[in-house]
Amino acid sequence: MSRNENLLEVDGLRTVFDTSEGVVRAVDGVDVTVRRGECLGVVGESGSGKSVTFSSVMGLVRSPGRIESGAIRFEGQDLTRLSTREMRAIRGRDISMTMQDALTALNPALTVGEQLSEMLDAHDDDLPARGAARRRAIRDRSVEMLRLVGIPSPESRLGQYPHEFSGGMRQRIMIAIALAPGPKLLIADEPTTALDVTIQAQVLELISDIRARLGMSVVLITHDLGVVAEHCDRVMVMYAGQVVEEGSTVDVISNPQHPYTRGLLGSIPRLSLRGKPIRPIQGQVPNLVGLPPQCRFYSRCPERTDACLQSVEMRSVGPDRRARCIALTQEEVA
Amino acid sequence: MTSPAKPLLSVENLSKVYQGRQTLANRLAGVRPFSVRAVNDVSFEVRRGEVLGLIGESGCGKSTLGRAVLRLHEPTAGRVRFDGEDVTALSAGALKDMRRRMQIVFQDPYASLNPRSTVADIVGLPLRLHGLAKTTQEVRETVARILERVGLNAAHLDRYPHQFSGGQRQRIGIARALISHPEFIVCDEPVSALDVSIQAQIIQLLLELKDEMGLTYLFISHDISVIGYLSDRVAVMYLGEIVEMGPTDDVLARPRHPYTQSLMSAVPDVDAPGKHQRVRLAGELPSPLDPPKGCKFHTRCPLAIDVCRREAPISEQVAPGHQAACHRLSEDLSVRETAAGAQAR
Repeated sequence: MSRNENLLEVDGLRTVFDTSEGVVRAVDGVDVTVRRGECLGVVGESGSGKSVTFSSVMGLVRSPGRIESGAIRFEGQDLTRLSTREMRAIRGRDISMTMQDALTALNPALTVGEQLSEMLDAHDDDLPARGAARRRAIRDRSVEMLRLVGIPSPESRLGQYPHEFSGGMRQRIMIAIALAPGPKLLIADEPTTALDVTIQAQVLELISDIRARLGMSVVLITHDLGVVAEHCDRVMVMYAGQVVEEGSTVDVISNPQHPYTRGLLGSIPRLSLRGKPIRPIQGQVPNLVGLPPQCRFYSRCPERTDACLQSVEMRSVGPDRRARCIALTQEEVA
Repeated sequence: MTSPAKPLLSVENLSKVYQGRQTLANRLAGVRPFSVRAVNDVSFEVRRGEVLGLIGESGCGKSTLGRAVLRLHEPTAGRVRFDGEDVTALSAGALKDMRRRMQIVFQDPYASLNPRSTVADIVGLPLRLHGLAKTTQEVRETVARILERVGLNAAHLDRYPHQFSGGQRQRIGIARALISHPEFIVCDEPVSALDVSIQAQIIQLLLELKDEMGLTYLFISHDISVIGYLSDRVAVMYLGEIVEMGPTDDVLARPRHPYTQSLMSAVPDVDAPGKHQRVRLAGELPSPLDPPKGCKFHTRCPLAIDVCRREAPISEQVAPGHQAACHRLSEDLSVRETAAGAQAR
């Protein structure tokens, strides 16, 4: 595979938080590849490190958090080596991120128009240099963005504040702001978790439409495997700070290799399972302070053996398919 | 799923209106205070041992309905009968006794437990209120037993809520609801705030407890997968009204109301992605302050015709035990086909 196909490459990322109880290894050796034009799903439960991984990519990790090691290459350029100023230029223009909670992510004291203009003013290089022409161009672009995300009568709504919009509309506005400079990569962190299902379907379709139209790549962070199944080309499953499985969405869902992925799929209640017991994963996510080097899923794994007490690396288990389980390697070797 | 003749809970024409206060300024200006009809003329029954799933999007009034049934929010009109007794007519004292038999598990395990009380106090409170245990020792022993049953243990008795994870807190909430040996529980989105694997644990626990203790649930959720998995019957709410109700298999496999059909098609499916012809509902839930005239769903309904804008439809039986309220039921239309047809044209 040519190197050029990959828009984003993260290698061995470790992001830690220094706390009074010790060092929390929130992201522990994570590799990510995002190809041009694809939608990558990132699935995991709270504390799996999925949001911290992509906050690290955005350069948004703040003290007491820090990136301990690892490389983050965007179009071949290592983002971890950039100055704050250089990073600021890339953030927004080339990589944008939308946050889960639109109400807290938007500034309540600025109108929607002001927030869109701010983004365009900072990042859009195609605008007239200054003066009334620039202001007019920014306004036109803002209206265009709101129209793109399906806000009715966008001209009149530019002057309104976030609280004057519904939850679904706020999420759209955040997507409009993120997309305004025409980024190559959109990171959407739980874009629909707070929304009703009919609105969720609208927002996800909107992201898919725009991705196809603008040819950008999307990382969709979610806890909902159904959303991944319907919208993502590939998926990465995270558990306790590590990637445990990745591959094409169809493969991972129809033929999960890691016991955690199987557990997650088995935990989803559905109509077709009525009357049959669901098989929840027992126990809970381990504390990320001072973890032993063993497989992180050991304490909850129904298939654990003594062999699992050593550390496990990701193994290739097929074309474009990797998983982190000792049992698998043994099968592969045999 | 046996169905004895007499329902355990029967709700008749229940309404809940939230009325804004009239201020002097408004009165002088001739402005009427706001009023929201959160639940509008809702009737249903829950049989003993049954799980009735109540589904709808945020703002549809499902939580208000759950609370009005228990009189946690006083209903504005209508009647609630529990085991033959008129709950809406009970005096405060009699209501307190009734609450021993009717309990609730709340959605948010962070907000529904007093942060300053220990688990023993939180879970033991119903025992004290209803005089079910005399000594502190007796309370602690009873609490320890129920904690054990919900997957915690006696070592947790003297801890505070913040020392537990979300899933554990929900177990504490369940223990509190169960300790007075109720017959009926309103489960108000009990698993919505939890991670998938923990959600499955709690669902499993609720189903086990139901069988062991012979409980009856009114299970409120916005999650169709959860409702589909555990309910015997399902009621679909939209803007304060039940638009469709019937046996789960029947309603979810063959939804008749266009809203239920749209809701079903919007759920992403792990098993068969892209299987559905999506029905894109136009717009969002109208403001309950100013609900549409006629059928409340007409502003978003792909099948709406003139009569829908003028007259509210009356609920009709469409199959045994299955009712829906729509003007176009007899035409047996599918929103999906209609939407596909419209696209083709």
